[in-house]
Formats: sequence, C-alpha cells, structure tokens
Amino acid sequence: MSQTATIPLPADWRDFFALTKPRVMSLVIFTGLCGLLAAPGAINPVLGFTAILCIALGAGGAAALNQWWEADIDAGMKRTRARPIPAGRMDRSAARDFGVALSVASVLLMGLANGWLAASILAISIFYYAVIYTIWLKPRTPQNIVIGGGAGAFPPMIGWVAVTGDITAMPVLLFAIIFMWTPPHFWALALFVQSDYAKVGIPMMPVVAGETSTRRQILVYALLLLPLSAAPWWIGGTGAIYGVSALALSSLFVALSFRVGLRQRTGPDDTMKPEKQLFGYSVLYLFALFAALVADRWLLVQG
Amino acid sequence: MNPPPDADSERKRIQRSRSIVMALLLAAFVVLVYAISIAKMT
Repeated sequence: MSQTATIPLPADWRDFFALTKPRVMSLVIFTGLCGLLAAPGAINPVLGFTAILCIALGAGGAAALNQWWEADIDAGMKRTRARPIPAGRMDRSAARDFGVALSVASVLLMGLANGWLAASILAISIFYYAVIYTIWLKPRTPQNIVIGGGAGAFPPMIGWVAVTGDITAMPVLLFAIIFMWTPPHFWALALFVQSDYAKVGIPMMPVVAGETSTRRQILVYALLLLPLSAAPWWIGGTGAIYGVSALALSSLFVALSFRVGLRQRTGPDDTMKPEKQLFGYSVLYLFALFAALVADRWLLVQG
Repeated sequence: MNPPPDADSERKRIQRSRSIVMALLLAAFVVLVYAISIAKMT
C-alpha cells in the first residue's frame, strides 16, 4: 500500500470558499456597501472597495469559525450536512486556521486602509458572531437569535464609519434596524425547519417556547421594526424617499407577520406557506430598504 | 476506507488548483496594498 493511498485528500479551494457562506455574505456586502454609500462625505474608491472587501473577508472568517465549531451540529441537520467539514471533505483544524487567518487579515487591512475605529468595529463583529453567538449563546438560550443578530447588524455601521470616521445616530439606527429585523427573519425560517433544530438540541425559540409564543414574538418584532425603520427619516438623517419607502416596506412586513403571528399550524400536512412567504419577503425587505437609503442619499446629493 | 486508485492524480489536481488560486490571491493582495498606499498618499 502506498503512503498516499492512506492520506486523505486535501480540501478543494471551493470548499474553503463554501466555508465563508457566500449567500449570507452577499447580504452582508450589500448592507455594508449601502452604509458606505449613504454616509455623508466622500471616500476614495480604492479605500471604499477595501472597506467592503474587509467586511466580506471578516464575515467569511467568522462564518468559517462558525462551521469549525458547529461541525457536529451541522452533521445532524439535513440543511447543513453537505457542508465541507461534516461531509468529510475538510479537516476541522484547516477550517479553524482559515477562519482565524481571514479574520485577522480583514481587521489589519481595514485598520491600515480605513482607520482603526472601523477596524475595531469589524473585530467586535467577528468576535460577536464567532464567540458570543456561536460558542456562547446559540447552544444555551432561545434568545440566541435576538442577541446574536447583532453580529449581522454591524456591516452598515462599519461601512458608514469607514467614510465618516465617527459614530453618530444614523449608523446606530442602521444597526438597530437589522438587529430588530433578525428575529422575525430567522424565526420564520426556524418555524418550517423546526424538526432539524430540535434533533441537534439547539434551543431555538419554536423548540423551547413553542410555536404560539414564537409567532407572537415575530409579530412584536415586526411591529417594533415599523417605527424604527422610519426613524432615520424622523431624525432628519434621510429624506422622504427613504421615509415613505421604509413605511411602505415595513407595513407589508407587519401584514405578513400578522398572518404568521395569528395562525396555528393546521397539522402535519401544513405547507407553512405564510412562514415561507415571510422569510422570503424578509430578505427582499432588507435589500429594498437599504437600496432606498442609498437612492435617497444620491438624489439628495444631486439636488 | 482507502481512496480510489486514481487518488494520486486527484490529489495533484486539487493541489494544483489550490496553488493557482493562492497565487492569484497573493497577486491581488499585492496590487491592493499598492493601490491603498497610493490612495492614502493622495
């Protein structure tokens, strides 16, 4: 038997790419870019590109660390068992090293290019997702999504701070909007993949508090999101284009949440269509809301 | 379970593609740092 026959194959570069969760990253890049484009002031295009690249690299590094830590959990869920580590295509330590390298590189590069305030917030966001959410909260409390959702709320704030160099009410509000959007977005998904989370012992809200409570909480967060999403307009940070768009988009979000919040599963054959519609719309909502933010800013600048 | 008989060629293919991707990333990194340096000077 040759020596090479007993050594496992090295991981393909595509598997390293998959570790960064490219689909999640697209939303992170988009919100980070919108924060950067909507901020008052100008940024050199190279430095702007670097800021977005670093946000993407940081998110990718945090995602890799998440998959390194959760390899056993991923192996037990249908949705995640084809990921590189549970599928046996990659060694766990390789994912850990890759995640650490990406995270450190992204923070250092952002510090050198965009300043250390933006880099510090990026470092906090990586730590928040990889340690506070993944390692600490997710396996311990059904409020994991509420608090951990903060990790996904950092990108527009980082993009904004990369331009302005300071933290004002607007980037904090952008953070708060995504923070408030995350629970109804994720719990809508958790309602129709509930059995998977229950199987691997993750205390998701539908598993611990039950479906009825989860549905009510989805509705509460959606109702809170409605005024919050319009707050940038009310404090004078944006114009009416954003304000009216935010109110219209959030009203539809509330309407879809009412359908989810006030119904019960009809039985094992329930297709969970309202929950799937709310989840699909929630993704579209965030894209549209931040696109409106940028459009509002650009139209204001152009007079 | 042992890898299939053609594992050696598969190993070489993976290593080759990883090397190419790594070379491209390093080249892109050098260009980016150069561009950042110019941007910071202006």
